Amino acid sequence: MRTRRSATLVFGCALVAVIVILAVASLVWLPYDPADTSGGRLASPGLPHLLGTDKLGRDLLTRLMVGARVALAVGIGSVLVGAALGVTSGLAAGFTTRWLDDTVAALLDILIAFPTLLVAMLVVAVRAASIGTVALAIGLAMSAVVARLTRVLVKRVLALDFITAARTAGTSWPRVVIGHVLPNIWPTLLVNLALQLGLAVLAEASLSYLGLGPPPPAASWGRMLQEAQATALTAPLGAIAPGVLLVVLVVGVNLVADGLRDVADPTRRRIR
Amino acid sequence: MIGYLARRSAFLLLSLFLAAAVLFLLLRLLPGDPANALLSLGATPDQIAAARHQIGTDRPLPEQFAAWLGSLATLDLGRSFVSTAPVGPEIAARLVVTVPLTVLSFTLAVVVAVPLGYLAARRSNTWFGALLGALSQLGVAVPVFWIGLLLITVFALRLRILPAGGFPRDDWADPGRALTSLALPVVTVGLVMSASLIRYVRSATLDVLGSDYLRTFRALGSSFTGAMWRHGLRNAAVPVVSVLGIELATTFLGAVVVESVFALPGLGTLLVKGIAEHDYPVIQGVLFVSTFAVLLIGFAADLIQRIIDPRLRHNLSVEAR
Repeated sequence: MRTRRSATLVFGCALVAVIVILAVASLVWLPYDPADTSGGRLASPGLPHLLGTDKLGRDLLTRLMVGARVALAVGIGSVLVGAALGVTSGLAAGFTTRWLDDTVAALLDILIAFPTLLVAMLVVAVRAASIGTVALAIGLAMSAVVARLTRVLVKRVLALDFITAARTAGTSWPRVVIGHVLPNIWPTLLVNLALQLGLAVLAEASLSYLGLGPPPPAASWGRMLQEAQATALTAPLGAIAPGVLLVVLVVGVNLVADGLRDVADPTRRRIR
Repeated sequence: MIGYLARRSAFLLLSLFLAAAVLFLLLRLLPGDPANALLSLGATPDQIAAARHQIGTDRPLPEQFAAWLGSLATLDLGRSFVSTAPVGPEIAARLVVTVPLTVLSFTLAVVVAVPLGYLAARRSNTWFGALLGALSQLGVAVPVFWIGLLLITVFALRLRILPAGGFPRDDWADPGRALTSLALPVVTVGLVMSASLIRYVRSATLDVLGSDYLRTFRALGSSFTGAMWRHGLRNAAVPVVSVLGIELATTFLGAVVVESVFALPGLGTLLVKGIAEHDYPVIQGVLFVSTFAVLLIGFAADLIQRIIDPRLRHNLSVEAR
């Protein structure tokens, strides 16, 4: 049982590593300039273009590598934004007076009713789209979910006896947070943030597909799929490869989250 | 139950009010002037002031908000900056596509996911269960628009048996044609949605299968089917219904994206167009109606859950596991 569980983690890490390697390699070396249109329209896979070119003559492999960079940047960026906002406000809510806490809880429930993608679209609508804006938009949209989870976790830990003991012993609240609350909630938080990362990558792809993602020079998998839709029959690879990479990244991240959950929470291992 | 209904309705109204407030604030506080949508490059300060006056952004924020709430209460969503047509009727016309798309996709997802999720739980230790698990793991990671794109390529471009997109101009005048245009979009959204649903149905069924009450009932001489029918279904339904509410809302969003793939004249394509044209009344209107729909679905899911789970009605704690 134990070996199968860690296998999930290892397999997930391997999938994510494929994308990370593509992204890191793209920083050092690219087969072509991503904007170079000299390859000829829809060249078939082979040499000199390993995976062929798109309808504008741009090298597919190059754009896939740049797309990996964009997907990871937006995914990680939005999780950082979502975690910074969500964990802070969740912690704050968990510590305030009953009345204020109830208000925050109700407010969070309502904010969660706002669909992530729609909030992100709203933010992108008013700000010019860029990698930063898209990450900010998705992060903002996910922060309510993170805040609600943090609040619940904090409340659960605060009700435990060792917190009362620490307080009685004269430990200040900030020290309680750093020394007792955070260490007890971070495993669950981390698992959730990993799942959020997968959702963020999918949200970025959707935004880009709809034409609301990072603007043209940045190749995004979502935008590449949108551009390849019209030529999917003559040049199938262009309509398949970006989608496959997307799925590899999201499945990888989800498996890592599953694996982490089993490592972080041994009690769950018995169930299922 | 009446007291609960009153409390839950009050919460729904409060949520709607807050949703309106959040939408209003987000659109006003984010940088970017809505008046820009009405102006061309190099507009004079006078023109800018006139444009602001026309859309009312020169008034103080609380006044603008009150005006917006007032018009919302009378179901008036304002007029589009671009076409100057009223937004409300435009949205209503689009719902004729989006609502059937959502409902049909959701139905397909439930019809596929409930039996498969149940089977995945019953056969959790066989290759069949493992395969279903892997497929649903894959399904939750697949972007819905990509599935749409692949289905178009295969069924519309290669096999030429279904239209690649579009919707009849006369809407549902010819139900057969309307349904044919919705076939691929419905399969797209339905398949992707069923993937996550299978996982929930599977784990809810597993919980029931491993429960003490089911074992007791069996020990008292009941058949497996009898035990499942009398006790299992109802218990498994509780977590599934709460998830169904969320799933229905997600289906609605999936529909919004998929409409762009299939060039369907629905709410999603209206929103994308509104964003591209910086048409604030349209964006505001579509987002408000969408949020309203999501809140309403949550409301319905809560009520249904209360009806099937007596423990909720009597304020008894429901153990998660």
